Amino acid sequence: MAVGIVGYGAYIPRWRIKSSSIAEVWGSDQGRTNSLVDEKAVSSLDEDAATMAVEAGKSALLRAGINPKDIGALYVGSESHPYVVKSTSSIVAEALDATPDLTAADLEFACKAGTAGMQMAMGLIESGRIKYGMAIGSDTAQGRPGDELEYTAASGAASYILGSRGLIAKINDTCSYTTDTPDFWRREGEEFPRHGGRFTGEPAYFTHVLAATRALLEKTGTTVEDYDYFVFHQPNAKFPLKAAKTLGIPAGKIMQGLLVSQIGNTYSAASLLGLAAVLDVARPGENILLTSFGSGAGSDSFSITATDLITKKRRLAPFVKNMIAVKEYIGYAHYIKFRRKLKGAMR
Amino acid sequence: MEEKAVSFYWRGFKERYGLVGSKCELCSRHFFPGRVICPECRRKGKMHEHRFSGKGKVYSYTVIRTPPTGFEIYIPYVVAIVDLEEGARVVSQLVDVKPEEVSIGMPVEACFRKIREQNQSGLVLYGFKFRPLK
Repeated sequence: MAVGIVGYGAYIPRWRIKSSSIAEVWGSDQGRTNSLVDEKAVSSLDEDAATMAVEAGKSALLRAGINPKDIGALYVGSESHPYVVKSTSSIVAEALDATPDLTAADLEFACKAGTAGMQMAMGLIESGRIKYGMAIGSDTAQGRPGDELEYTAASGAASYILGSRGLIAKINDTCSYTTDTPDFWRREGEEFPRHGGRFTGEPAYFTHVLAATRALLEKTGTTVEDYDYFVFHQPNAKFPLKAAKTLGIPAGKIMQGLLVSQIGNTYSAASLLGLAAVLDVARPGENILLTSFGSGAGSDSFSITATDLITKKRRLAPFVKNMIAVKEYIGYAHYIKFRRKLKGAMR
Repeated sequence: MEEKAVSFYWRGFKERYGLVGSKCELCSRHFFPGRVICPECRRKGKMHEHRFSGKGKVYSYTVIRTPPTGFEIYIPYVVAIVDLEEGARVVSQLVDVKPEEVSIGMPVEACFRKIREQNQSGLVLYGFKFRPLK
């Protein structure tokens, strides 16, 4: 049975902070030059992973044109779920009018929980258990003030409705690569995550992204030349560019899906927003290779082909490009207030 | 702020999450919040649940500078009366806009936001707000 994307939606909050504003406060440009992130998206005071998931979900429904009650499974991947105990997915399902006849669950696998949800939905569709499944990656990522992560940890969401009919893009195949690699973590009750510094590169990001991508190419009998676009997880701009270079991918094939310099690392949404930006422009028949990465660590890789329906369907909801363009800058003081990092604040 | 029982908030989820009111199939009037009986058609009326499109226009607005408990962090913020395209009128916060950018007649659309958080350990209460139509 064919399985693929019937609708997709992106959401990027309107606030931005420039890396230079952060660098000015901490007296060092290191975080900016290391990440190549110029500015990052910041969620409003009244936004969180649940509200952004709903906004992305609404756009996905607009494109899919399906009855939300036909969604049989809904997964929200995030590392910033509003509650530690109490599902985000039920909030999203209720707001999207998909309740009550569906299964729902919250997923966490650092930055790859959204693609893990896609694989779970694919399995349920292929086995004939559900008609449509929705997988969402949504995060309001936190970085400790002064830490390098502060230059990149951003907010955004992307939603995908998968099904077997009315596809705007067919998912040809998927595979994963997972090992226990502690490159980044946050313990229960801790406000900010910790990371292994340089350890996040070679043994974590590159090992998993390259292995999953190579495994997918081998499994599908395809080569780099067979794809028109590549989207990799983007914790900074350097990592995906280096991964592309290692695999012999021309830089031109990854630029459309590389958003990190403009919006930061949106964690669970990062590679999925990159894919949305590619689907915004891809022509029917073009091939896309997507590889996510989640610390801990693992990568999910997907081979995707756009169908004829894409040109008609993508117009039905806002483009990523336009959401990046609609922005308003805040300074570091407002950023600290927005992210609620002010200790002992009166409100 | 004295909080009500969980059930009080929960009963309003559907209405607040999805902007769900009612419509009288006899006279085609829309209501938000939803009504059980049409005030016009009375017992002849046929009321049905209606999920509003969320599109509307600002009928009037005010800027809140002295907020009620739970809304302190948002000031100054805009509260507007929105005329929904189906005909009902709803009071709601306007977001993603500065007070000086709001005008009467401005096209707006519903979005899903946090309304209020009870406290550090309490519930997060979600619902619709409105933003300028893009």
